[in-house]
Amino acid sequence: MAELLISISIPDWLAHTIAALVQCGLLLAIALCSAAVGIWLERKVSARIQDRLGPTRVGGKFGWLQPPADGLKLICKEDIIPAAADHILFRIAPYVCFCATFCVFLALPFANGWVAVELNAGAFFLLAVAGLEIFGVILGGYASGSKWSLYGAMREAAQVVSYEIPLGLCVVVVVILTGTMNLVEIGNQQAGWFFNWHIFHDPFTFVVFWVYVTCAVASSNRAPFDLPEAESELVAGFLTEYSGFRWVFFFMGEYASMFVVSGLGALLFLGGWNGPIPIASLLGLTPDGGDVFGWIGNLLGMCNFIAKAFAGMTFMIWLRWTLPRLRIDQVITTCLKYCVPIVSAMLAGVMLWSFFLPGGLILHVRSRYVAQPPSAVQSRAESSITAEGGCATRNTMDIR
Amino acid sequence: MNIFTEPVGLSHFLVVGAVLFVCGIICMATKRNVLGVLMGIELVLNGANLNFVAFGSSVLRPPGTDGIGMDGQMIALFVIVLAAAEAAVALAIALSYYHAHATVDVDRGVELRG
Amino acid sequence: MDAINWHSCFFLLFAAIACGFAVAVVVVGDIVRMACCLVVSLAAVAGLFFLAEAEFLGAAQLMVYVGGTMVLLIFGVMLTARGPFVSMKTGGGQWVLAIVIGVALFAVLLQAATSTSAWNGPKANDQAAVPAANNSPLPQAGEGPGVRAVEGDSQDAAGQLGLGLLGVREDRLRRQDKPVLLGGMSGYLLVFEIISVHLVVVLVGAAYLARARRRGRNPESRSPLPDPRSPKPESP
Repeated sequence: MAELLISISIPDWLAHTIAALVQCGLLLAIALCSAAVGIWLERKVSARIQDRLGPTRVGGKFGWLQPPADGLKLICKEDIIPAAADHILFRIAPYVCFCATFCVFLALPFANGWVAVELNAGAFFLLAVAGLEIFGVILGGYASGSKWSLYGAMREAAQVVSYEIPLGLCVVVVVILTGTMNLVEIGNQQAGWFFNWHIFHDPFTFVVFWVYVTCAVASSNRAPFDLPEAESELVAGFLTEYSGFRWVFFFMGEYASMFVVSGLGALLFLGGWNGPIPIASLLGLTPDGGDVFGWIGNLLGMCNFIAKAFAGMTFMIWLRWTLPRLRIDQVITTCLKYCVPIVSAMLAGVMLWSFFLPGGLILHVRSRYVAQPPSAVQSRAESSITAEGGCATRNTMDIR
Repeated sequence: MNIFTEPVGLSHFLVVGAVLFVCGIICMATKRNVLGVLMGIELVLNGANLNFVAFGSSVLRPPGTDGIGMDGQMIALFVIVLAAAEAAVALAIALSYYHAHATVDVDRGVELRG
Repeated sequence: MDAINWHSCFFLLFAAIACGFAVAVVVVGDIVRMACCLVVSLAAVAGLFFLAEAEFLGAAQLMVYVGGTMVLLIFGVMLTARGPFVSMKTGGGQWVLAIVIGVALFAVLLQAATSTSAWNGPKANDQAAVPAANNSPLPQAGEGPGVRAVEGDSQDAAGQLGLGLLGVREDRLRRQDKPVLLGGMSGYLLVFEIISVHLVVVLVGAAYLARARRRGRNPESRSPLPDPRSPKPESP
């Protein structure tokens, strides 16, 4: 893009700045759209679960203009800062929350190579930045100068710090399988049919996926883990003193982080942009067939990825309107007594599996019990070697 | 030289590291709150860490010269881990101090003064 | 006009943020605001790590320092601050003394940092060696074979770090051209083990130190946390 601008005689620095701003705008648009669609989805799904219709009239069919209307209403609200608040911190807290979530989109790949910054330590970076969101919440809760807010913030701190451990271990499981922390490569290693997805790699990863789901719901503060804003106990938790525009930022941060954790789950376990059926490669829409075909294939992949992420969001909304809220001690018990031991055991299991039975479960069953030409096994093994894993486990496998 | 067109070198990183280090030292010296002192320590460790990373980085040197390579990142990684451990222990001590003195002012801990 | 070096621009940006907020940590009195400034400063240092091609370390910095340590700090602030916004004033004499020492120390460090000519970095005419005029703030690896001092050094830094922790120095195995660098191949396995044990000891020790005591040793000290389930510091 910058080269294009330079070619029409725009100065170098301006061209690069414009290109960077356009890319930022694109990412911001994705983040905001995911939040808007999430809010609409929440209204519709919750209505269906409660046997209602939800918004039907705003913007014609299906109430699709409801999120902008909500936003307009919220912006028109009075902006209140309590007298007891720490003014500066109270003001910046929503932006901290939203910026942290937005930064995650920098490293989130949408299709093969379609990522703002392709990092070698992408998965780690993503986890690290997603964890920063709680700063906004803690600051907001503290700076409000209200007991309810402070309680909400402290619950949030306890909850998120605890749940980062099993969440990180879930990611480590996938990293051990793939031998890389590059998210694009993790996605590409699941190319092909759905049995190449990591969730179906072996029984252990199947369990790990459900632990990941639990931790992801908890780390994005959704019911049944929405203790920080438990409205029946804490008024609205850390959001009690916020209104209008600042509240919108918290809200958009929450929905964008839902999109992020769903997207990360899709990427790590559900094949990312590689569908259940490899339509793109069956139709020949790969980069080998030419740039245009590769681009169309990537576009399909991106739709696939976004569809998976929204499916994840729908699942989270479904959970929220189905399950009752846990108590704080139950939340911590779930994490420390169930999630951490389970995922640790699964981590050991995955290590043993990938040491003794490299390759997936389906591949193993096939090569063992179905008469299979050895070429398929051979090619899979080759692909795992060329995947160039830096991880020690992968290297051991290569040596074997 | 124009910083906007010239590539940055090792010295630039070292200067940033020095600023962080000195800020940490002043912070440790002037804060009376235990947690303020702890934050000063974090700043000092970060200044040192930045230097290690800069020494290990290959982009910051003229081509053909050798840095300390991966060792820089390795040491910095250990510093990060140890700093986290130190912060956990220091916070526990601060809590314990607060239980005993009902304050976190370091100037109030004078029992051992002769 | 020369092409703008975006690497330098981003360096300036992150360096200014890191230094500015580090100074703010010293100047600001309120402990929670201090913690906020420190978070921003540490995050900017993580950005500098990314610029120095230490991606894994930058992410580790964000995760451990900014994520873990700062949550611990805020925890501590919440548990130990009595009023909502506590600040403790420092005497003027202490400030003067600290600033004099700080300025002197800074002068020495500045002198040391700028006096070695080999540390002044690549020049603009070594264009190939640095990612000049690159759109991305992160240097793109592989601009052309052999242009880097050590080609592929940053390609898989995380993997090399991991192997180094297991005692295999992959980065040195490649340097057959310099026999001097082949020394010290032992890696960091022992340090890694020591650190692991150390972390466990710290975890136990911190939990022991921070446990709530039912009976205060001092009769007039009021226990601010009568709840026996007082929060223990988490392992970062």
